[in-house]
Amino acid sequence: MRLFATVMAATALALVLPGPARSAEPIRIGLVLPYSAGPYVPLANEVGDSLVMALEENGMEVAGRKIVVLKEDTTHKPDVAQAKAKKLVFEDKADILVGPIGSNELAALFAFAAGSRVPMIIPNAGDNEATGDKCSPWVMRTSFSNDQIVREMGPWMIKQGIKKVALIAFDYNTGHQLMDGFKKPFVAAGGTIVGEQYPPFGPISDFGPYLTKIKEQKPDAVFTFFAGPPATALVKQFSEFGLKESIKLTGAGWLISPLNLPGEGAAAAGVIGILNYVPAIDNPVNKAFQAKFQAKYHRTASEFAAQGYDTGKLIYAALKANGGKTADKAALVKALHDVTVEGTRGPLKIDPKTNNIIQDIYIYEAKKAGDAIDFNVLSRIKNVQDPPNGCKL
Amino acid sequence: MPDPASLVIQLLNGLQYAMLLFLLSVGLSVVFGLMNFINLAHGTVYMLGAFLGLTLVRATGSFWGALALAPLFAAAIGALFYAVLLRRVQGESAMKQVLVTFGLIFIGIDVVRMIWGDYEEAIAAPALLADSVRIWGQLYPSYRLFVIALGLLVAIVLWLGLERTRLGAVVRAGVDDRVMAASLGINIEAAFFGVFCLGCWLAGLAGVVAAPVLQIYPGMDVAILIPTLIVVVVGGPGSLKGALLGSLLIGMAETFGAVLLPEFASFMIYAVMVLVLLLRPGGLLPARPAA
Repeated sequence: MRLFATVMAATALALVLPGPARSAEPIRIGLVLPYSAGPYVPLANEVGDSLVMALEENGMEVAGRKIVVLKEDTTHKPDVAQAKAKKLVFEDKADILVGPIGSNELAALFAFAAGSRVPMIIPNAGDNEATGDKCSPWVMRTSFSNDQIVREMGPWMIKQGIKKVALIAFDYNTGHQLMDGFKKPFVAAGGTIVGEQYPPFGPISDFGPYLTKIKEQKPDAVFTFFAGPPATALVKQFSEFGLKESIKLTGAGWLISPLNLPGEGAAAAGVIGILNYVPAIDNPVNKAFQAKFQAKYHRTASEFAAQGYDTGKLIYAALKANGGKTADKAALVKALHDVTVEGTRGPLKIDPKTNNIIQDIYIYEAKKAGDAIDFNVLSRIKNVQDPPNGCKL
Repeated sequence: MPDPASLVIQLLNGLQYAMLLFLLSVGLSVVFGLMNFINLAHGTVYMLGAFLGLTLVRATGSFWGALALAPLFAAAIGALFYAVLLRRVQGESAMKQVLVTFGLIFIGIDVVRMIWGDYEEAIAAPALLADSVRIWGQLYPSYRLFVIALGLLVAIVLWLGLERTRLGAVVRAGVDDRVMAASLGINIEAAFFGVFCLGCWLAGLAGVVAAPVLQIYPGMDVAILIPTLIVVVVGGPGSLKGALLGSLLIGMAETFGAVLLPEFASFMIYAVMVLVLLLRPGGLLPARPAA
């Protein structure tokens, strides 16, 4: 009986006294990332950890409201990704969703966010259509579109005297988008494509037969897109099969990501990449970010980490500009459109016409620096913005 | 058409892939020929060999140590599979064997995920073979020449063993006519167990040998299982020479298909299989002539 009375009294007190949590609901940011399975596990961690890092720099709080980051694991499956997004929004009351990493999960998350009018930010997946003819007012992208990454490479190559290029990428949507995105401006600038190969998409990465064929095509350079372990295999085999002697290896910069350099070693020296980020970018935000990331994780922050960090900065800036209000989702989207932040990649702004980011693109070379490999920025193309590509916002 | 120097390199590429297929298919083929036993989990042993190799390379830093030890572990795991499970389904219907060994594939992938994680990994070629050599003016990775040499060496040793030793005679007799051999007092069960373990050893060897060329990842077993089964069918079950010929045919078809007819690359080896089966339903060099 005494216990009962005590419990009742405590309950009554709790109801009467305003707890600190009751003063303001926290702002909830829901990360829907492939944390446990598939090839993007390391990328999910780079993006998620760095996003949190950017929010922590601002005290995890804006306009008197706490910021809470909720993490859900998509297990690399589109249906799970969508179910987790629904849980985040309907049960956990997330105000903004951030995801996914790979284009495989994009359609499922996109459909949910667009249909339920939840602001969602894509921190990596590059499918052109997501900010092109299938764009939605609710889905924004802080990473890149595939076209945006490679568009400037062809004209730059022509200036360097590289006229004949052979292409190789896996036979899937992203592979074709990146090769097509390179090809059109390159050919328009006077370049010739001397061969195109699209091996079946899969983790098997014996490039021997394809590299032998490239030798016969006698290009000045190869332009390619591979990421993760196949990228390491390609860079190494390009050197082993002797192509490096006479042909320049170039590609979308994931080919020589900081995540791949330890495996690629000396074979990466001389490879040229084009990407929205490279650790060697010389601006104060990037230098501070790299210093902090390296102190914490003892490795160089990759482009994925940079995208996560910039996404966190952009979300914070928008929340601050909006006075920490999240109830009106349309106003929140407008705030995300209105802010410009200085990110690791330079000035960043979400384009209200397409919902894709406007950012600088970098062309750079991996070079030997003692025993390690370092990057040398060759060219910086400022404020690269996508044409609407059928998007009517 | 490729120029002559490139043709030589492509032939080497095909030969290298063929030797990997041979290491995998020969054990499977002879086990099938001896006992009509269908072991779909053969690829699982290959995958375990590769991952055990990875762990040994990381622990000892020596590729050669991994190459020597990992196949032994793989053979031991194969022997355990056999003693605990496979012995019970031996002599049962083919459907039962397929279902049990198919189940082992899924268990194998999940066990590898639990122990090694869901990443793609690679083992670096040993320092001795990390460079390339010049063949006809073209650079070719030394390690791949080593794979070819090792495959040929294994083929020769197996052939000598099968043709020139008493154990080989027992195995040949078992493949030819199991009942007759058994009635002559030959312990077919023991011979079968020995061949099964040897097959697992070879699969484990293939796993380590493949690691510097292909990536290793959970599911690598399923990716290689289909070409391996096609090699067994094309070559003719139960036959060493058949496995070798089938491997060469499929290895070359895959390599040249990828560069000469890229649109049909993923279809090429199936086309070869259909063609062979239409002309020689028992395979090219079956151990037993078709009844």
